[in-house]
Amino acid sequence: MRIPLPLFIAVPLVMAFLLPMFGRKGKTAATVLANLVTVLLLVFALASIGKTEVYEVGKWSIPLGINLVLDGLSSLLLLAISVVSAAAMLFSARYMERYTAKTKYLSLFLLMVAGMNGVVLSGDIFNLFVFLEIASLASYALVGFGCEHEELEASFKYMVLGTIASIFILFAIALTYGNTGTLNMAYISKAIQDSGLNAGLKFALALFIAGFGLKAALVPFHAWLPDAHPSAPAPISAMLSGVLIKSLGVYSLVRVIFNVFGVSVSVSWVLVALGVLSMVIGVFLAVGQWDFKRLLAYHSISQMGYVILGIGIGALILARNGKVEWAALAILGGLFHLVNHAVFKSLLFLTSGSVEMATGTRQLKEMGGLVERLPFTRTTCTVASASIAGIPPFNGFWSKLILVVAAIQAGFLYLAVVTVIVSLVTLISFLKIQRYVFLGELPENLQQTKENKGTMLVAMVFLACLCVLMGLLVLVPGLKQSILDPAVQVLTDGLKYSADVTEVLL
Amino acid sequence: MPYALCFLLFMLGLYCAVVKKNMVKIVIGIMVMECAVNLFLIMLGYRSGGTAPIIDKGQLEAGMEQFISSSVDPLPQALVLTAIVISLGSLALMISICIRVYEKYGTFDITQIRRLKG
Repeated sequence: MRIPLPLFIAVPLVMAFLLPMFGRKGKTAATVLANLVTVLLLVFALASIGKTEVYEVGKWSIPLGINLVLDGLSSLLLLAISVVSAAAMLFSARYMERYTAKTKYLSLFLLMVAGMNGVVLSGDIFNLFVFLEIASLASYALVGFGCEHEELEASFKYMVLGTIASIFILFAIALTYGNTGTLNMAYISKAIQDSGLNAGLKFALALFIAGFGLKAALVPFHAWLPDAHPSAPAPISAMLSGVLIKSLGVYSLVRVIFNVFGVSVSVSWVLVALGVLSMVIGVFLAVGQWDFKRLLAYHSISQMGYVILGIGIGALILARNGKVEWAALAILGGLFHLVNHAVFKSLLFLTSGSVEMATGTRQLKEMGGLVERLPFTRTTCTVASASIAGIPPFNGFWSKLILVVAAIQAGFLYLAVVTVIVSLVTLISFLKIQRYVFLGELPENLQQTKENKGTMLVAMVFLACLCVLMGLLVLVPGLKQSILDPAVQVLTDGLKYSADVTEVLL
Repeated sequence: MPYALCFLLFMLGLYCAVVKKNMVKIVIGIMVMECAVNLFLIMLGYRSGGTAPIIDKGQLEAGMEQFISSSVDPLPQALVLTAIVISLGSLALMISICIRVYEKYGTFDITQIRRLKG
């Protein structure tokens, strides 16, 4: 079945503008519709696996018109976005009941999904910027959705840094346009291959790295994330940590570096350095936290470090003309960890939301002994913690194993050691969560806590099952070849992207 | 020279956004940056003495080469229109968040708005 690519963007976009019309009375209908949309997108994403397609918007051929490109990397990201958004939407059906203006929430949620789908599908760099802004603006509003002191403060902080990042990206796009005379990514890449990088383009690349790095919250640019992600409602935290920083930050960064500008040794070292810094600093800041969601947010920074490190090692090998298989392994580790992180971190944020809803607090010291009160939340949280800490047979183990093997193979023994140490510290901080939230004494005021039933439970169990089963993505050759390998190949092929996109049309 | 001034404007905006303590001034700094980038985009497509990129009958008769060599680049203008709309959206959202923060905290000073830490 061929899915027309604009549907990925149009369906959530149209629904986002229809839903606020339901008002307060049609809340249930709006919730059902929004859930249908996310499930439909999941079906679309599953149907688009393994396809390569270029769609010209309005039949204007490139470079005159705008194109949407579906390749392995895009469909991997589409899959991650739709899985996490389906689960988060299901979770919010019950969780968001305590907020007013639920239809507006659903509308912003779908707007964010439309923006992210647009970012991963766009083949035009200015169009990418527009979708990036759609997703970002929706996320700024969603972070401040509670309209309490902390939420507004976090939203403002996030918004200032996010807007500065967007302006950097716009400036970089302007410089690129000035130096290459086109906005289509395939043609920019072609122009760069023909004439090489001049000073203006190098400055543009630096601005791209800073801008997308801010969006991805890599370490020197991470200040907004630990405030913004915990302040949002739990399903939105799951979306932000799960897919937003990946599609807006990592995907765009990787697409621009690998497919448009081409990898070079210096840029690869920047990636590796950003990765290691995020990994180490993120995890050590996380261990000391006593706020459940804030701890998880710091772990997002650390886990994004793994992704960037894997991709950076791959880029370094490619830039030095090393063995392509080694580079492919490192990139596979990075991308696989990206998908895994989307699943287990969104699950962790959902369980934190479930705990918060049941107990009314996020402070680890005020909880304890919830194992009997919240059995399902406990089980799913343990599965997700085991995944993030890299305990076999859960999904996090496989991606970390691939990263370690790839680092050793490429001769970065010390990076492999750092990866393992960071993984151990991650384990410690998640043992802390288990100890303070679920084990120990049950405080007096939490005696009446009840497990959250219904859609929240379904969403958590769905993601927990994925955590257990996703190891199969690398273990079963058929799945690996159809889902992960095409994504890796897009990056190892690098600048062949431009030829691929322009020739599909002929 | 105009490019240098444009870059100076960008840096001024960035300085204002990073250094100022008042939320509204931060927003103003961000908008100055946005304007600098828009100006830069417009300058990319400008050529001195150029004509508007609209083809009329007289130009068709004079031949396309003459039109191409004399008109300004229309694409950056389209980009700037889009960018202005986007920045208007984010400006509205930022200012409304500023107003809500002022209602809650009673101040615009970001050094006093610090409930989040760690």
